[in-house]
Amino acid sequence: MTDTLAEHAAPDLKAGTPLVEMEGVGKSYGAIRALEGINLRVNAGEVACVLGDNGAGKSTLIKIISGLHGHTEGKLLVDGQERHFSSPRESLDAGIATVYQDLAVVGLMEVWRNFFLGSEIRKGKYPMAPLDIKAMREIADAELQKMGIVVKDINQPIGTLSGGQRQCVAIARAVYFGARVLILDEPTAALGVKQSGVVLKYTAAARDAGLGVVFITHNPHHAYLVGDHFIILKLGRRVLDKKRSEVSLEELTTEMAGGQELAELSHELKR
Amino acid sequence: MSSSVAAKPSTAPPAAPAGRAERSLVSRVLGRPEIGALAAAIVIFAFFYAVAPAFRTLPALATVLYASSTIGIVAVGVALLMIGGEFDLSAGVAVTTTALASAMICYQFSLNMWVGVVVSLLIALVVGFVNGYLVMRTGIPSFLITLSTFFILQGINLGVTKLVTGTVATPNTSAIDGFTSAKAIFASDIPLGFITLKVTVLWWLLFVAVGTWLLLRTRTGNWITAVGGNQASARAVGVPVRATKIGLFMGVSFLAWFLGMHLLFNFSTVQAGLGVGNEFIYIIAAVVGGALLTGGYGSAVGSALGAFIFGMTTQGIVYAGWDPNWFRAFLGVMLLLAVLVNLYIKNYAAQRR
Repeated sequence: MTDTLAEHAAPDLKAGTPLVEMEGVGKSYGAIRALEGINLRVNAGEVACVLGDNGAGKSTLIKIISGLHGHTEGKLLVDGQERHFSSPRESLDAGIATVYQDLAVVGLMEVWRNFFLGSEIRKGKYPMAPLDIKAMREIADAELQKMGIVVKDINQPIGTLSGGQRQCVAIARAVYFGARVLILDEPTAALGVKQSGVVLKYTAAARDAGLGVVFITHNPHHAYLVGDHFIILKLGRRVLDKKRSEVSLEELTTEMAGGQELAELSHELKR
Repeated sequence: MSSSVAAKPSTAPPAAPAGRAERSLVSRVLGRPEIGALAAAIVIFAFFYAVAPAFRTLPALATVLYASSTIGIVAVGVALLMIGGEFDLSAGVAVTTTALASAMICYQFSLNMWVGVVVSLLIALVVGFVNGYLVMRTGIPSFLITLSTFFILQGINLGVTKLVTGTVATPNTSAIDGFTSAKAIFASDIPLGFITLKVTVLWWLLFVAVGTWLLLRTRTGNWITAVGGNQASARAVGVPVRATKIGLFMGVSFLAWFLGMHLLFNFSTVQAGLGVGNEFIYIIAAVVGGALLTGGYGSAVGSALGAFIFGMTTQGIVYAGWDPNWFRAFLGVMLLLAVLVNLYIKNYAAQRR
């Protein structure tokens, strides 16, 4: 699996080089500050985990990197150059692919159509050029097989696949189209243990292939399995920012569960 | 199901996949959106064939096809729009708006009929663009936006016609220059020897073919299905959602214009109150043809079958000698059945197998 992923990863990726950097990035929606003072570095061949409770600002962070909303303060650097994305297309063109939790795919469309959605192969360059359906079917089929995802029929609606498979198809698609940075938004949130395992293995494979991965989750156990760097957000601010070597799973879990607040709460509730 | 999720260990070469099989023919056929409409069309055809002797003749078939085409032309666009996840309630009166506009412009300013044809096309495209733009810009459901357009156009149709002509109908335009050549395009009769078809039937089939090709064989079609099926997901992979949807609204208004031109050149004069209520018939034809109200699923051929069902029924009731008022009741029953069948088909198609 790792080998085939690596085949498609951009050849110029070198482990450790920073792909995306954020310096003091913030975002305000009118009077509401959803995010402030975020520093984040995504290196090639590493997984940066962003943890946080509901409303912590995780989604806002993703939206800034993936081009859905522009940031209002700070700097966003991609490959060392300052950028300000105003559409997902710009972000995609910069090599950043986002796989969203529940909207990774269009359920009623065939697997191969989903695989190529937004990057369709056509038999010509003119506006109404027909799709090269045969080629797309074959490529999608071959790629998924190579990456270890077995679907019964490439023509079946993708909604007939399991949640884990859908996530994997979305990740495989991102890698196939030359993503350098992969943003995974709560990829394991809706999945069972076994399915989560499949997605986590995939995440690790993308990392080993040299991609920079941003792994968004509220599950510290999943994060700790694949992460190299951990950031915890709370109410739009960074409350923890540590390398793997500096933090233990216990610390992450406690911090995620509420840390000091939880301790106070337990004191308060004590009988 | 989980057995087929087996990710192989990273060291093992990908083995021949287990559990891989073509889906059965039955499963694939039942997965088509238009299958329910096809069954219904056959049943209804057989029914009227049995009960109404007048229905069995070729001229009757031509009449049925003509009635179907006047619904089906706009229904193709409405079906694509619904697959794209939006509604257009203004399509019915937009037909009348375009016919009125070209008739009155040409009559009042003594212009060649073709000027009116072109100007009304521009009007139609602007209406479609405004519908689409407002929906995309405001995020207000298209149901409400186009309901507003529906009332605005209906008011303009009556108000302007009354202002200009003093009555609620346009003057007869058949003596205006260019009428004959435009009629040849929009409203001529095509003698095929054994049967004489209205030209709209051919246009209808052409539009259905183009719609089908667009939907299944082009990138645009992929985008249409995607924006209707999951807009956020489509946007995230770089599909130009706004352009796709505005284009769909403009497609509907283009087809409304086409039908408007047919009505004008077929009858030479246009009643200003015409078209109200037809927007629902287009929507029902699309839904009977398998388009989901929630978007992301449906077909152009289905809309044609839906239109054909209505053509057969409106005419069939007459041929059978029944009270035509029953048509509305039938419409309701068909819609209810269609929605139930669609729900079943959608669940079947999306089932994990």
